[in-house]
Amino acid sequence: MQANESELKTMVAAAGEAEATLVHEDHAAAHEHPDHRLFGFLLFLVSEGMLFVGLFAAYLAYRSVAPQWPPKGMPELEILLPAVNTIILLSSSFVIHQAETAVKKGDLANVRKWFGFTVVMGAMFLAGQLYEYAHLQFKLQSGLFGGTFFVLTGFHGMHVLIGLVLMMTVIARSLKPGHYTAEKHFGVEAASLYWHFVDVVWIVLFLLLYVAK
Amino acid sequence: MQLTQDQLQPEPLQDWRRYFSFCTDHKVIGIQYMVTSFVLYLAGGFLAMLIRAELLTPDADVLVTPDGDPTPYNASFTIHATIMIFLWLIPMLAGFANFLIPLMIGARDMAFPRINALAFWMIPPGATILLASFFFDPPGAGWTSYPPLSLQGVTDANGLVHFHTGQLLWQISVILLGTSSILGALNFITTIWEMRVPSMGIWQMPLFCWAMLATSIITLIATPVLTGALVLLTFDLVAGTSFFRPESGGNPVLYQHMFWFYSHPAVYIMVLPGFGMISEIIPVFSRKPIFGYKAIAISSMAIAVLGFIVWAHHMFTSGTPQWLRMFFMITSMIIAVPTGIKVFSWLGTMWGGKLRFTSAMVFAIGFLSMFVIGGLSGVMLASVPIDIHVHNTYFVVAHLHYVLFGGSVFAVYAGIYYWFPKITGRMLNETWGHIHFWLTLVGFNLCFLPMHKLGLMGMPRRVASYDPIFTYLNTVVSVGGFLLGISTLPFLANAIYSWIKGPKAPANPWEALTFEWTVSSPPPVENFTKLPVLTVGPYDYGHEGRSPDEIIRH
Repeated sequence: MQANESELKTMVAAAGEAEATLVHEDHAAAHEHPDHRLFGFLLFLVSEGMLFVGLFAAYLAYRSVAPQWPPKGMPELEILLPAVNTIILLSSSFVIHQAETAVKKGDLANVRKWFGFTVVMGAMFLAGQLYEYAHLQFKLQSGLFGGTFFVLTGFHGMHVLIGLVLMMTVIARSLKPGHYTAEKHFGVEAASLYWHFVDVVWIVLFLLLYVAK
Repeated sequence: MQLTQDQLQPEPLQDWRRYFSFCTDHKVIGIQYMVTSFVLYLAGGFLAMLIRAELLTPDADVLVTPDGDPTPYNASFTIHATIMIFLWLIPMLAGFANFLIPLMIGARDMAFPRINALAFWMIPPGATILLASFFFDPPGAGWTSYPPLSLQGVTDANGLVHFHTGQLLWQISVILLGTSSILGALNFITTIWEMRVPSMGIWQMPLFCWAMLATSIITLIATPVLTGALVLLTFDLVAGTSFFRPESGGNPVLYQHMFWFYSHPAVYIMVLPGFGMISEIIPVFSRKPIFGYKAIAISSMAIAVLGFIVWAHHMFTSGTPQWLRMFFMITSMIIAVPTGIKVFSWLGTMWGGKLRFTSAMVFAIGFLSMFVIGGLSGVMLASVPIDIHVHNTYFVVAHLHYVLFGGSVFAVYAGIYYWFPKITGRMLNETWGHIHFWLTLVGFNLCFLPMHKLGLMGMPRRVASYDPIFTYLNTVVSVGGFLLGISTLPFLANAIYSWIKGPKAPANPWEALTFEWTVSSPPPVENFTKLPVLTVGPYDYGHEGRSPDEIIRH
């Protein structure tokens, strides 16, 4: 693209009107429908990431000035279940990567299979989180400790849920013949990118909430 | 490239109804943004008139309930500011960007037309919710909505304290409007970065595109943090959490940090596009290439980056430690450098040019002069000792109106006078444009210049009553304010009349060189039937006597 541009400029500078028009026509033919969706989606993820950065910063601000964390009267967080959940979510990123590889070969059956596995793993993660919620000794209103815990994990859980919806939409759409091809499969790419994003956010969240002392 | 018949956009609605529909044409969306935000500007201006009527006399006597409670006054200044920021300047500038960017870079539409329409259609509900908050315990904590003030319950007639509905509506509205501008921003970045005609490199982009690129990066990165702060505030308000409630261990200053992490960069969101428009207008009417193209482009980016590390200068009196104050004082003052580079570049462009004093140009010059005053008081406010003295006084009110009205609004008017022919296909009346300018300039200075003095004398902002020693200056301010309100009328009359009956505009009435002037006024639905090829820089003036058609190839 870059080389093409500078090339064009020299041509435009050197050539007359007819040739310059010709150059643009060629260019337009080569990129009939330029697809900017991935670029836009990445920008959206940057923005979404900043939402979490803001919330993480708030959490760290609270923690850094607290005399002790968890505050007096609050239990230590149980780490076993979230650790299992972390492993499930982390592995699911590798599973969904298989779908990305498959779609580049135009193998939609395998895309459905790997997306299906990822959906199951995501659902297991959510179930684990709900189980954890149900067995906690504190609630949303339990001071800063409860508030930050539920808002952070809740926001992330909401993103997991959206990820599941995205993946199921992709599975449904892949049944439509010709909807995704080896060359054009923005939906597959976006859903898996989103899933990796959710995964990375969780790693930070897990380290902050459960691991960091 | 000649479009084939099936590549032409289908034209479902070509009459007035498309302006009320989910139309994906960027030009329609641009006009939707501009007209909607101008109507809301009138509403915000009306509130300003009410505020000035209240402040005409020292006692709280106009915007009070019968038992003397100034809640209506508090609601008025809160909603005045919220409208002017979130529903006037930000969407107005987004409207210009929507209309102009695809035309300026030779694209047929924005990158994501449907997201674009969605971003616009989040504004009417946002506006409705905000205005509705007037009728449900109106919010009165200012546009900053600092807790714990914003978290106060409301006491009803029976003495029961219940939760503040108006404040909740305010928060929902701002979250909605923030989301709208994020969607707009990712559209602008993608469009500017990916959809330029191949012959336009980044250093051939019109400076308005540079400004919108910088603005959109700020919007994209900063707005989610405000959303985060408002979500936490909403949890505190309705769900009984204690993030910002000091009485149960929360930290209200953290809200200020999160709020200003967005809202300081947001002032650049409101002024950088204005800088961009001024950079378009001044060279055209000076008939000279712009001075320091790269310097202006890079300084926009520098402002965007630096804007992220100055926020705590709003918090010098919030218990910010001394070393941190020094840091933010220095970074805030450094922002004046890229801004100064722009101002001197514009002056350098005008220097020795063949100036044409059209309405657009006089507003651009008005912008330059007024913005410099606001910039200077900004440097004063960045200095910790002065800020501590004048914090929360009318000095701050004066400063912010010099940059946001003297800066942004003057730039918006300059932009309207400049692009009105392109947008509507009709010329505005120049005489009435000049009358509008002089009324605005006089009213503006009469209204906001004395506020500096009031602030230095110690008059606090956001209070319905004041000490009688401030009466004289407040009378002057109110008269100026009413004059400023009246100054909108010649513009409105001119715009409405010209849109219907004004003389038809040629494609390029100002002999400008950017792409939008190479297409008809108003532009055709597909913008360019043949993609233009850039053979001349956007500001290479001095080609008098040659038509742009000769120097811009199709």
